[in-house]
Amino acid sequence: MAQEQNEGNWWIWKVFWILLVITGLEVFLGILKVNEVLPEILIHDKFLGLEWLTHIFIILTLIKAAYIVNIFMHLGFEKKSLQWTILLPAFILVPYLLFILFSEASHAYFML
Amino acid sequence: MQEKTDYGKAWQGGDKPYAASYGKLMMWFFLITDTLTFSAFLAAYGFSRFKYPDVWPVPEDVFTHFPFISGEHPLLFVALMTFILIMSSVTMVLAVNYGHKMQKNKVILWLSLTIVGGCIFLGSQAWEWGHFIHGDKGGIDTKTEFVVHIAEGEDLSSVYSLMDADKYDGTHHHFTVDQIIDNLIKKSEYNIRKADRQYLSNKESIEYLKKNGTQVLLGANLENNEYGHRLFADYFFFITGFHGFHVFSGVVILIIILINVIKGTYERRGHYEMIEKVGLYWHFVDLVWVFVFTFFYLV
Repeated sequence: MAQEQNEGNWWIWKVFWILLVITGLEVFLGILKVNEVLPEILIHDKFLGLEWLTHIFIILTLIKAAYIVNIFMHLGFEKKSLQWTILLPAFILVPYLLFILFSEASHAYFML
Repeated sequence: MQEKTDYGKAWQGGDKPYAASYGKLMMWFFLITDTLTFSAFLAAYGFSRFKYPDVWPVPEDVFTHFPFISGEHPLLFVALMTFILIMSSVTMVLAVNYGHKMQKNKVILWLSLTIVGGCIFLGSQAWEWGHFIHGDKGGIDTKTEFVVHIAEGEDLSSVYSLMDADKYDGTHHHFTVDQIIDNLIKKSEYNIRKADRQYLSNKESIEYLKKNGTQVLLGANLENNEYGHRLFADYFFFITGFHGFHVFSGVVILIIILINVIKGTYERRGHYEMIEKVGLYWHFVDLVWVFVFTFFYLV
């Protein structure tokens, strides 16, 4: 698969346009948010403690991250064993860190 | 009774379970540790932000300026920085790609453009830092530890316009809370906005400052800043600074391997794997910025 990919550069520019469009979309939503023209449900209604707009931003960011890691960093074309060796620590430890900080640290309010 | 297990070549080395070279594998392992460092930074930022949801500065209020253009343009400058970094990531992949094909001159071209992109990004960040440190509207520190801002009615104004001072006249401005109170008494159209974004009337503002005002803040440093909660500037300096340091070291490493490419080191070695390894690092820096952009500037 890696060999096929080495032919031509079109796949690089494809990812570039995807990243650019997603970034543009994020900025567009951000500017709409500043100008307060977004529907109420996106800004005020919350899910898991975060506004829906924040969830949209996080999903768009994760899509961008997936493209960068998979295509630009070439991880998608490595062996499965290498892929999991690299991704599992992040997939386990980062959510764990977030869980500890956001759910178990409410008592820390009085310490800060 | 002897059982012999045929381990084959397993103990003689030469197996490559990951089908990746030592150098590439170690770069990946380094990037995993770096991922966790940056996750910890951003998670800590989110934690503090959740602790002070009412008084945390809104990024769109803070990062509103664009070089050479006056007025408020929230998000635009960071969007440009993001674009520059994505672009330099693309030139980096192109360099790696031409490295696979052993086309030395094209590697030199795209590697040089990547360095240019990195330098432009660093310059933008320097401008951003300079603007952040110099400050924008000014604020007043209070005994409640939260920063209040000057407003005209329900619109955010600035300490400079209340004090009739020119922010860019080159002098080092210094105001006291008493001067602010005097001018609030003189100019009844001005009032303050509290940290939780409640606007007080002119009379209430004067009372509030007489009771709580401690010092006038212009700009930002590690101790306090005009934007709001003091942790905000600390996180700004640490997260964007740590990322900027990564970009800086990336540029230095890119320059070193560019010199090697020009000298023909990798041509003689028979492969351009070094470009690939540095490429991994460079893409990682881009990856981190994608997250910093979302969690620091956008959300």
